[in-house]
Amino acid sequence: MGAPPLPPPSAGEGTLRSRGGRDEVPQEGSNGAESGACLHAGPASSGSRAPVSRPGLTAGPPSPAAGGGRTPDPWADAHRAARLIAADPPAFGGAILRAAPGPVRERWLETLRTALHPKTPWRRLPPGIGDDALLGGLDLAATLAAGRAIARPGLLAQADGGIVVVPMAERLPPGTASRLAAALDTGTASDRPARFGLILLDEGEGDEAVAEPLADRLAFRIDLNAIGLAETQAELPDPEPGAAAPDPVGDLCALAEAFGVASLRGPILAARVARRLAVDRPISRQDIVTAARLVLAPRATRLPAPEEPAPENAAPPEETRAEPPPDGASEPAAADLPDEIVLEAVRAAIPPNLLDQLLAGGPRLTAAKAGRVGQAAAARTGRPIGSRRGDPRRGRLDLLGTLRAAAPWQAVRREEGETRRIVVRRDDLRIRILRQRTETTTVFCVDASGSAALERLAEAKGAVELLLAEAYVRRDRVALVAFRGTGAELVLPPTRSLTRAKRGLSGLPGGGGTPLAAGIDAAVAVALGVRRGGSRPAIVLLTDGRANVARSGEGGRARAGAEALQAARALRAAGLPALVVDTGSRGEEARAVADAMGARYLKLPRPEAGQLSAAVRAAL
Amino acid sequence: MPTFPFSAIIGQDEMRQALLIAAVDPAVGGVLVFGDRGTGKSTAIRALAALLPPMRAVAGCPYNCDPDSPAESCPHCAGGGPRKSHKKPVPVVDLPLGATEDRVVGTLDLERALGAGVKAFEPGLLARANRGFLYIDEVNLLEDHLVDLLLDVAVSGVNTVEREGLSLRHPARFVLVGSGNPEEGELRPQLLDRFGLACEVATPKDIPTRIAVVRARDAYERDPEGFCAARAGDERTIQKRILLARERLPSVTVPDAALERAARLCLALGTDGLRGELTLMRTARALAALDGAETVTDDHLRRIAPAALRHRLRRNPLDESGSTARVERALAEVFA
Repeated sequence: MGAPPLPPPSAGEGTLRSRGGRDEVPQEGSNGAESGACLHAGPASSGSRAPVSRPGLTAGPPSPAAGGGRTPDPWADAHRAARLIAADPPAFGGAILRAAPGPVRERWLETLRTALHPKTPWRRLPPGIGDDALLGGLDLAATLAAGRAIARPGLLAQADGGIVVVPMAERLPPGTASRLAAALDTGTASDRPARFGLILLDEGEGDEAVAEPLADRLAFRIDLNAIGLAETQAELPDPEPGAAAPDPVGDLCALAEAFGVASLRGPILAARVARRLAVDRPISRQDIVTAARLVLAPRATRLPAPEEPAPENAAPPEETRAEPPPDGASEPAAADLPDEIVLEAVRAAIPPNLLDQLLAGGPRLTAAKAGRVGQAAAARTGRPIGSRRGDPRRGRLDLLGTLRAAAPWQAVRREEGETRRIVVRRDDLRIRILRQRTETTTVFCVDASGSAALERLAEAKGAVELLLAEAYVRRDRVALVAFRGTGAELVLPPTRSLTRAKRGLSGLPGGGGTPLAAGIDAAVAVALGVRRGGSRPAIVLLTDGRANVARSGEGGRARAGAEALQAARALRAAGLPALVVDTGSRGEEARAVADAMGARYLKLPRPEAGQLSAAVRAAL
Repeated sequence: MPTFPFSAIIGQDEMRQALLIAAVDPAVGGVLVFGDRGTGKSTAIRALAALLPPMRAVAGCPYNCDPDSPAESCPHCAGGGPRKSHKKPVPVVDLPLGATEDRVVGTLDLERALGAGVKAFEPGLLARANRGFLYIDEVNLLEDHLVDLLLDVAVSGVNTVEREGLSLRHPARFVLVGSGNPEEGELRPQLLDRFGLACEVATPKDIPTRIAVVRARDAYERDPEGFCAARAGDERTIQKRILLARERLPSVTVPDAALERAARLCLALGTDGLRGELTLMRTARALAALDGAETVTDDHLRRIAPAALRHRLRRNPLDESGSTARVERALAEVFA
């Protein structure tokens, strides 16, 4: 799963490795074998960074596919999730299907569809759906035809007991997302029953993702991007259940903790999945592993330390009085899970790209996701804020407004001898008033190189925070790109949140060369994204202009300088407003860059947070 | 499926205390719950409403007027004379993000307009929430024009409708409950200030609590009816506590010493205006009533001060310490 395609051999062997590990599971008390597996796991996970994502490459010879396929084979898991959803669509919230449109995605949907009962409702959410259509309301066409109000249930109520498919879920407006979340919570839409499973088709690239509040409510996150069509043929039998687990809930909580799944919906949904897997027998260890792989692994924000003492030390005390013990078999001292084998099995199911991110730098991923809702909110150009009398040829007809305007007069007009059911006159016509958002997103592009970096960075951080603190007056957002060493990094994605900015900015390192071209490129990329989202970007570049690292990451003043000017001209061509704050003492280079950008130029050899934010406000 | 019972919510003491206080005295001005996802914010609010005893309302009144004292501004009940009453559950109305103004404020009743040619008002969410709870998830992402509208209604308790040729006022007094994640955007200061209490919730970090939460949820999902039946006694206890506290509330006294403490606390924190003191006093009184106490003591003030004050501090963006820490510091000084 995930963007960097997994070479088939490693996937296969990873598979075999964990299978080897788990084959021992049913034979309770085969401790020797288990600790052997631990030894395999230890070095693999504590070793060098990149290879860790393929744990156990070297572990053991391939064994014949006897009980086969209880594996992190992504298609098998995707298939399993589809069958679980099909068995009871509303039970698990649904799934996020991250995949480009194409045959693999179609096959998965087909799998789900065929597994469903044929009469199960299946609705596709049209983009830009309104409240009336989503939650129920007036059926306008029927109302006009009949001359009286005809209500119709919304799409969610129609899908009761079935599936709602949401295409382009990463661009779902926050309002729609929150209605879906509320319907998932309450099982109703406008007081009609609406229990459904949600399939979010996420076609996002990069850090575009489904709004987290909604994503958190869905059990499964399936990434089909790395699966080839050929791999989707195999249908793998379910692994044998094995022995009953004494404390499934405790195990799942411990696993969630180990993988840094903060939201409690993670373990709750995993417990639900485990229970469904087990149907009418007690939950087995195998069920726990499968549930954790399906639900918890894609939510992981960290990797468990390999030698971590198993969290079972915190054996659940009985503070929940009167709780029926799960399966009637709970022994509170169910001490030996999650052990390395289980951890390893789940770890192997973490999508490789996620794993790389985790290894590379901890939980930036969640941080990057957190702002989606706010960003999506800006992704509309012009939102209707009401309607006014007007000519529909010069605006968007507001049908409802028109009818409302005409409605009170119907009785009177009919008395005048009209025979039409609804008499709409020109005076009744209403058009929508749209308001363009005028929000500005200031993208700070900060030179974090060299000796003066620390000071400059501190001031830039201060300026960002000051600007954010007053952002409420103007509803503005701020982003920060830092460049140093060999490349540029988006330290703070566009945000309006001071809390988040503080966290993103703390511990920003400085020093190294000056890859000015890379910095400008990154700032332009962010700014263009902002503009696509419907907000107005502005770039503030803090640098002394003395580029000495080229885009390739190699040193060399001449080439770096030329590339920087080239990047600056690209910025100008993109029509982005910019301000260059020259932090150097001599100033020719930064001036040249500013000219190439067509930017305002400001010389502030010793910028100071207050001064800087004032200058930015004045200039942009 | 019955609602997850309030008494089965584990941890999140501050949030539960704040919600109980709002249930005792709706005039405290609403509860804001800020924190991580999946911490039971929505669960707690829905559970609280299910726990409250049904209220008596004028039959047929779209604004749930109290038969004993119908709101003066109620277009339905203002006529006077005896009214039939019936019992109905305390409403919890969700205000979704991106709701249209029509839906919130109310609008021309199309059905009657088209059918009978009558210009009638179709009440919106604000009308339905009267005497109940208005719940806004992700309140920090609410669009500005809705925030303006809410601010106006929250202050006056009356929704004034001037649109589509309609012109009327109706009562809209409700407990505003907002929740959200501060990482996704800040709340507008004016709206922040309207909330009486602000709690911070965090995902429990210790494994036993987490296990207990998941286990409770798991047990509930497997047998909702049985789970709720087992909790029925606890639910009744809480219900009784709220009802008793409501009765006792008018007679709880606030001694001058407590008022002075409250004033000194607010001075030390530099909160703007007098709303801090007023809320602190009101909420401390409700807390005392919940405790069955006759007078407000230092202990009550101390317990409620963080929630009543932390969102009223003047912000200094360059000050790293959180507002909770600042309140704690001031508490330590004043109660030294």
